[in-house]
Amino acid sequence: MSSITVSDDKAITGKAIQPAWVRLLHWINAAAVIMMILSGWQIYNASPLFGFTFSRSITLGGWLGGALQWHFAAMWLLMVNGAIYLALGLATGRFRNKLLPITPSGVLADTRAALTGRLSHADLTTYNYVQRLLYAGIIAVGIVIVLSGLSIWKPVQLQYLTALFGGYDVARYVHFAAMAAICGFLVIHVALSLLVPKALRAMIIGR
Amino acid sequence: MRRLKSLLIPGVDKTLLVRDAAKLLPEPSRRRFIAGGASLGALTLLTGCDVSDSFSAESMLTQISKFNDAVQAKIFNPNVLAPTYTERDIKRPFPFNAFYSEDEAPDIDGEAWKLEVSGLVDNKKSWTLAELHQLPEVKQITRHICVEGWSAIGSWSGTPLRDFLKLIGADTSAKWVHFRCAEDYASSLDMPTALHPQTQMTFKFDDKILPRAYGYPMKIRVPTKLGFKNPKYVVAMDVTNDYKGGYWEDQGYNDFSGS
Repeated sequence: MSSITVSDDKAITGKAIQPAWVRLLHWINAAAVIMMILSGWQIYNASPLFGFTFSRSITLGGWLGGALQWHFAAMWLLMVNGAIYLALGLATGRFRNKLLPITPSGVLADTRAALTGRLSHADLTTYNYVQRLLYAGIIAVGIVIVLSGLSIWKPVQLQYLTALFGGYDVARYVHFAAMAAICGFLVIHVALSLLVPKALRAMIIGR
Repeated sequence: MRRLKSLLIPGVDKTLLVRDAAKLLPEPSRRRFIAGGASLGALTLLTGCDVSDSFSAESMLTQISKFNDAVQAKIFNPNVLAPTYTERDIKRPFPFNAFYSEDEAPDIDGEAWKLEVSGLVDNKKSWTLAELHQLPEVKQITRHICVEGWSAIGSWSGTPLRDFLKLIGADTSAKWVHFRCAEDYASSLDMPTALHPQTQMTFKFDDKILPRAYGYPMKIRVPTKLGFKNPKYVVAMDVTNDYKGGYWEDQGYNDFSGS
């Protein structure tokens, strides 16, 4: 009996589209990113870079002090979780296997197929070229948003990092642009996961 | 794993160790520490009860903010100087910012004003403005960064705070230098920051005696901290081991707020 259970487990884990560590880190990251964006909007409102502010009803923290507390708490979750993800992604070969190669012709062909509704989702274990580009891109944006955030937080202690972004004031715009890119990604990412529910299921239960 | 093990000292009773450590903490933070532990403990024990009674996001965020104070104190390198700029980078007019409007700013009579000195210092004599103006003057052009996000480059001149602390025989092993201001503003600086070479008792902005808007007669300029840790209209300086908070710190702004 016990041997059957073991082999069943093996069969299940062998078939998993998304391994457990990816699913765990994905959802922790989702929570951290949402907290960072909503508190970040409230912080932005204290000194807007552009001619608009975010409605307080969709921000986190209530006021600048509260939003800063959320932002500087969730940043640990984001950074630690993100560092584990990058380390495991490199160590397990997941990045290499799943995200590479990314070729311009592949991206063009898959974009055309997606827009004409002919992109196949039969095999969820392999990412198409549009997915590869977006997932690799959002990892890069994630790195940029953390580094620009650190250079805004510590423009004296990490002044070389701040200088790399063109100084304190420019780093604020970079940080904002990276947030906007993540929001754009989220719209596409969430919409497509709802259009292909079995991909969403794979990210929750693995299969 | 090996690192974790090295933290456990064989033969030392952990309960006694914690009790000893708690004794070393000042009274208010000891209470906070115990209260924090109690609410986290309550969360694990009282499953099924109303969790919001014993545990709130607010108290957790306050604990993390204290953790961030400790992290920032570790990151703070006393030898790293804030970048300096040139005359033509100076923002004119420099923005006024406070929890009140510019015409409500304290209007101080410099002749009558005195800087009170108290706490862990050898010489507690009060200082007149004329006496302070005779101290060696250093000018620095640095970036002021507000907690709100904006920044502006300004030129501040005065005497390094660490030289003044030496002059009055301050105990520089104390934890804090607390400043009280004319308009009931207050802020405290951790001693390593107070001793930073660029931390300044400021008497001039842009080569002119501080105007009323920028903190006449004295401001504390700290280019390694956010703007709200740079008190204006200072009337009293207290060298102390007791954490006395500040106007914004007490409302939830991160205490260290280092740049």
